[in-house]
Amino acid sequence: MDLDLHHIRSLFPVLHQEVNGKPLVYFDNAATTQKPQPVIEALTRYYELDNSNIHRGAHTLAARATEYYEKTRIMVQDFIHAEEPEEVIFTKGTTEGINLVASTFGRKFIHEGDEILISTLEHHSNIVPWQMLCEEKGAVLKVIPINDHGEILLEEFDKLLSPRTKLVSIVHVSNALGTVNPVEYIIEKAHAVGAKVLLDGAQSSSHLKIDVQKLDCDFFAFSAHKIYGPTGLGILYGKREVLESMPPYMGGGEMIKEVTFEKTTYNDIPFKFEAGTPNIADVIAFQKALEFVNDLGKSKMVEHENELLHYAEEALGSIKGFIPVGEAKEKVSILSFLIKDMHPFDVGMMLDAGGIAVRTGHHCAQPLMKRFDIEGTVRASFSVYNTKDEIDRLYQSLSKIAKIKNK
Amino acid sequence: MTDTREIQEEIIDEFSILGDDKESTIYYIMEIGDKLAPFPENERIEENIIKGCQSKVWLTTRFEDNKVFFLADSNTDITKGLISLLIRVLSGRTPQEILDTDLYFINKIGMNNIIGSQRSNGLVSMIKQMKLFALAYQAKFNV
Repeated sequence: MDLDLHHIRSLFPVLHQEVNGKPLVYFDNAATTQKPQPVIEALTRYYELDNSNIHRGAHTLAARATEYYEKTRIMVQDFIHAEEPEEVIFTKGTTEGINLVASTFGRKFIHEGDEILISTLEHHSNIVPWQMLCEEKGAVLKVIPINDHGEILLEEFDKLLSPRTKLVSIVHVSNALGTVNPVEYIIEKAHAVGAKVLLDGAQSSSHLKIDVQKLDCDFFAFSAHKIYGPTGLGILYGKREVLESMPPYMGGGEMIKEVTFEKTTYNDIPFKFEAGTPNIADVIAFQKALEFVNDLGKSKMVEHENELLHYAEEALGSIKGFIPVGEAKEKVSILSFLIKDMHPFDVGMMLDAGGIAVRTGHHCAQPLMKRFDIEGTVRASFSVYNTKDEIDRLYQSLSKIAKIKNK
Repeated sequence: MTDTREIQEEIIDEFSILGDDKESTIYYIMEIGDKLAPFPENERIEENIIKGCQSKVWLTTRFEDNKVFFLADSNTDITKGLISLLIRVLSGRTPQEILDTDLYFINKIGMNNIIGSQRSNGLVSMIKQMKLFALAYQAKFNV
C-alpha cells in the first residue's frame, strides 16, 4: 500500500504555513526534520502530568517518569537492533556521541603512533574530536580519499589500513552529498586488523534500516532530531564489552555506585555514561517519533524518499546551468548542486523568497568542499512528508533563478 | 550633486514600487548588483576584504578633490547589490559628508527583513569600513 501523504502531512503542523507569502516547502530535512503532532503533545504531556526526576525517586511520579524514560531505551534498542538496552546511551546528539568515544575510548586505548582513519566525506564533528585526540596523544589521523562522484576509494582504504590502525570512524551516509558508504566492507576489513569502528549515523538512521548486530560496528552515533524527534537528544550505541572497557565520560550523579571522599566506584552501563539529570522530556517524547517511523515502515519511507530524489534529479538536471555535486551510485535523499556562475547563498536566498527552504554553504564539511574545489553547495534534502508537487515548485523557482546567469 | 538625503529618498521610492514581494525585491537587489562598476583585479586581495561578512566583500578607495570614491565587489550577487546601494549614497563625497550621513534608508526599506539578520550584520560591517576610510582620509589630509 502506498503512503497516505495527505495524512502524513496533516501530522506536521509546521508544514501548514506561508513563508514570504508562499506555502512553505521544507527541503532542509538533512539539517533537521519537522516534528509530528504526537511528539509535540508528548513533550507537553510530560511537563503537565509526569515531570519528575528519574531513578531513585520513592514517589509515583518519579517511578512513572523512570518507566517512560527506560521504555525509550528499549524502543531504541529495537530500532537499531542492539542486543541489549544497556548498550544504548542517551547523549545530546551525534556530536556528543563521537566526543564521548574520543574522550573515553580514545583516552584509554589510543597511544602515540596509533592511527585513526576517517574519510574525506566527514562532517566536522567526525574530524575535530579526532584531531584533538591525536594532538593530545601523538596519534596520527589518516584520511581515506574519494573519487569525483563522492565515493570512498576502497583500494586506498585497504592501503591505509594497518596494525597501527586502532579506530576507523566513518560516516554511514554523507550529510553533504547523500553518498551511502560501503560500511559492511569497511567494518569487516577494520576488524581484521584489530581496529574498532564507529559509524556516524546522523543521516543514515532516518533513511536506512539499521541493524548494529548485523553491521557489527562497535559504535553507532545518531541524533533524535533528524528522525522526527526532539532536538538536544542523541544516542550512542556501543557493544557491551567495549563500553565496559571504557572509563566514564563525565563525573557526577547517576554515574556512580558508591562515593566516598577517598574513592568512587562507577555505575554499570549505560548509567556510567549518563552523569547528571538527563534530557527526560525529550527522551520520552522520542518514543512518539519512533512510533511514527515504525507505523509507516522504514522501507516504505525510503522507497518514497528515493522516488523523490530520482524525480528531483531528473527534473532539476534539465535546467540549464544545473551542476550536481556528488553523484554516487548509492545515495539517499540528498541532492547537492550548484548553478553555474551563481553563488549558493544567492540561490538559497532566492529560493527562500519563494517559500522554499534549502541549505547553502559548506554543510560543516569544509575539507570535502575543498576536495571539489568549491566553497559550498545548495542542498535540497527530502523527507517522508515531501511531495512531487513540492519538487515541481523547486524546479519552477530554480529554472527562473538559473536563467539570470544561464540564458 | 544631490545630497545623500535625496539619493536615499530615491532608493526608498524604488523599493516601495516593489511592495512587500520579497522575491521581486531580491531579484531587484541582484540586478543592481550586476551593474556595479568593474572591480580592478589587482585589488582583489586579502587586505581589501571586509571582516565580518558572511560572503566575501572587497572594498577599495581613491581620494580625489577632497572626495572619497569607493569601488567594491563580492562573490555573491545579493551582497554586490547591497554594497552598490551604499556606494550610490556615499561615493564621491567628502569625508565629513560620509561621516555625517545617517543611512536611514536601510531601515526604511526594511532591509533587515529582506536579507535576514546574518547578512544585516555584514551590511553593518560594510558601513563601518566605509566610514573608517572617510575618517582615515580626514585625519590624513586634514579635510
